[in-house]
Amino acid sequence: MNDETYPTLAKLTPEELARQKSRSRALGLVLGALVVLFFVVTIAKLGGNVLNRPL
Amino acid sequence: MSLAIDSLISDGSAESVKPSLVSQAMAKDYYELLKPRVMQLVIFTALVGMMTAREPINPVIGFASILAIAIGAGASGCLNMWYDATIDSLMERTAKRPIPSGAIAPGEALAFGMTLSVGSVLFLGLITNWYAAAFLAFTIFFYVVVYTMWLKHWTAQNIVIGGAAGAFPPMIGYMTVTGSMNIETLLQFLIIFIWTPPHFWALALVKSKDYARAGVPMLPVVAGEIETRRQILIYACVLMPIGMSPSLLGYVGPVYLAISTIFGAVMVWLAYDLFRKREGEPALKASYRLFGVSIIYLFVLFVALLVEEITPILAWRNFL
Repeated sequence: MNDETYPTLAKLTPEELARQKSRSRALGLVLGALVVLFFVVTIAKLGGNVLNRPL
Repeated sequence: MSLAIDSLISDGSAESVKPSLVSQAMAKDYYELLKPRVMQLVIFTALVGMMTAREPINPVIGFASILAIAIGAGASGCLNMWYDATIDSLMERTAKRPIPSGAIAPGEALAFGMTLSVGSVLFLGLITNWYAAAFLAFTIFFYVVVYTMWLKHWTAQNIVIGGAAGAFPPMIGYMTVTGSMNIETLLQFLIIFIWTPPHFWALALVKSKDYARAGVPMLPVVAGEIETRRQILIYACVLMPIGMSPSLLGYVGPVYLAISTIFGAVMVWLAYDLFRKREGEPALKASYRLFGVSIIYLFVLFVALLVEEITPILAWRNFL
């Protein structure tokens, strides 16, 4: 396969990699916290009716 | 001027400096975009507003509501930094903010601020009521459009009127529980509203050259330092009875009355001290002293309000 078919991936400097890692970690934590928050709020709002969905 | 600002104001020609395609931001830069110190004030005052309702609220919903209000406030701070990036780069106090320092591109900040604005309003509406959500949306609009885009660049009364945005959170907090407003939270709004000008102008007196360089018509730049000192003294004198009003009108008890009277008098005295000292080191110290004490003033008053609001609830539940 011809190597020129694919664009060369950008090489990040160690500093850029560290910054990317910091952002990824924070984003992961925020998304995880949102999952927990939405779950807990749903339970708090619906309480015992959380599974009560008559068809 | 930083790379980010160069690219912000460039004409887009091929020769202009292009921003890096790889984000240079750390996670903390996004946090800084939310103006965390302002968020602390918003969280605290919204909590007091919520407690004023004296109605039961699920603690999870209460926590999530405060979080939504805080994120909404942070989003408006982020959009403020996006719009004022050029001004911020010219001022010593704000030059290290994430956009002028080049850590975050303006487009990133705009997307971040808009996403959080819409998200916080929708979330608050879904978990509490749409009146509170609409009020949060209005607060964001007021801070970003009315204050940042219009008043700040147009009139020396910018922070007098714009200060309303920072004064709305107790009303939003109350509204999340009740879906309505009352006189008590209106008084809390008034306290923050009247507190904002002397608080901000005390700092503006010290940073007036910064504001002049950036072309922001702050009162010391437009009307001069003596007039600013006079206005600070007038506002401090008005703030004292406003600060005491929740007790004077019978909403809270004597503990709050004593605290608001003492701290109100301290504010008036410091404003008078600033009015007298007009030059050199003593004037500088008087400005910083008033600025610092004004923060303590607001914090102490709202702690006292919180204690007065919580005590009957705890007593009612036999905790006291």
